[in-house]
Amino acid sequence: MSIDHWQANTSRETLRARADLLARVRGFFDQRGVLEVDTPCLSRYSVSDPFLQALPVAIDGDASPHWLQTSPEFAMKRLLASGSGDIYQICKAFRAGEHGRLHASEFTMLEWYRLNFDQHQLIRELCELLRHLLNCAPPKQHSYGALFKDCLGFNPHRASHSMLQQTAIGHGFADLLGTDQHQLAKTLDRNALLDLLFSHVIQPTLSSLTVVYDYPESMAALARVEYDAQGCKVARRFEVFYQGVELANGYHELLDAAELQRRTDLDNARRRELGKVEQPCDPQLLAAMRHGLPECAGVALGLDRVCMLALGAKSIADVRAF
Amino acid sequence: MANYSTNEFKAGLKVILEGDPCSIVENEFVKPGKGQAFNRVRLKNLKTGRQWERTFKSGDTLEGADVIEKDMEYLYNDGEYWHFMDPVSFEQVQADKTALGDSAQWVKEQESCLITLWNDAPIAVTVPNFVELEIVDTDPGLKGDTAQGGTKPATLSTGAVVKVPLFLNIGEVIRVDTRTGEYQNRAKS
Repeated sequence: MSIDHWQANTSRETLRARADLLARVRGFFDQRGVLEVDTPCLSRYSVSDPFLQALPVAIDGDASPHWLQTSPEFAMKRLLASGSGDIYQICKAFRAGEHGRLHASEFTMLEWYRLNFDQHQLIRELCELLRHLLNCAPPKQHSYGALFKDCLGFNPHRASHSMLQQTAIGHGFADLLGTDQHQLAKTLDRNALLDLLFSHVIQPTLSSLTVVYDYPESMAALARVEYDAQGCKVARRFEVFYQGVELANGYHELLDAAELQRRTDLDNARRRELGKVEQPCDPQLLAAMRHGLPECAGVALGLDRVCMLALGAKSIADVRAF
Repeated sequence: MANYSTNEFKAGLKVILEGDPCSIVENEFVKPGKGQAFNRVRLKNLKTGRQWERTFKSGDTLEGADVIEKDMEYLYNDGEYWHFMDPVSFEQVQADKTALGDSAQWVKEQESCLITLWNDAPIAVTVPNFVELEIVDTDPGLKGDTAQGGTKPATLSTGAVVKVPLFLNIGEVIRVDTRTGEYQNRAKS
């Protein structure tokens, strides 16, 4: 950090464009009667996803750390269970160890929840917002399974671990997997192999606005799991991509507290294998879900990335003041 | 040497990959929102000059490579090795044919070259972008033919063969772009 670099990264025009973008987001939700909310970024509990690392904060007089939110999901769900109705929030989210052209440890997130929406209704609303902000053509929509079949020729929900490995080797990732078959299973699990193929082979081809829905059951996170028309168990989870950049991640929300506890336990087992700190499930979230989370769908959108693409910038650093 | 983790990979960092010293050219962090993080890295193999693209799991490490670059003066070729001298310490090193590669046809005695040393041994020799060399063999010049674009081969003092305009003769000194091997102009003699 040189003291010579005290000035903002952004020109006045960029600051103006960013302010306009935020104003348009607020206008969009105002028109639809979605309430803006503002929840705390610090919590005693964090997410259990094995590949999301929260930043700890020491609080005076408290033996265990608090955590900066990786998204406002838990607090917003407690609001929903408290009877808030449709809500949105523009906030900072924090993730350790994420740095790059499209990543920063602190970034700006838009997250919203709609009562009685399923994933496709929320996808429709999300795409309306994105077309309004990015001025782009209507989206292409593919299920995760169909996209894999088109691009790589197999059904990812049914593919065996060794088939995923062979495909990764065929795409030049042999070094990454290693040659020792025993080592191989330890280093990249099924989800990691799917992530590798998706992010390196499929995602770069998603240049126009593209929605991908019905993720593998193993990637359900907080989405409900159901059978699709082909009889595969899928997560009602979706993501949106534009110019090869991942912009949003949403769910038809899981309502079952016991199932959330079960998934958190699985995550923590994986965390133990990876030598990472375990994250117990937030008891207040579990209590709220036991009380009753209303039927809803929710989505989180990375606003720095949207702003970057709207302005034709190369990196999110170009659209953030510092 | 220390090990470096993917989050320390910056352009210019020297590391060992598959036993060869490499320089990091570019490092892109690739992470699906909730998924496994990767680093897509472009590296230049410093022995062959070729670029490699590799994907690593974030947090993987590579061993650092003890690589330095130094301006050294070319002294002579003993038939097998090319000898260079550090003009400050007068320390000498010998580089083999592999290290010289394409540069072999452009090195000229008393001229400075950029030598890449790995564990103190030369692995690459970079010649200046432009060198001035004498023509030692070519067909006789055609007087007056300075306007038309005709060319002929000419052998230079280092053994390199370049295409030169028809009017040039043996004994003249020309300037050559070593990156393309193209004749630039006649040097002032």
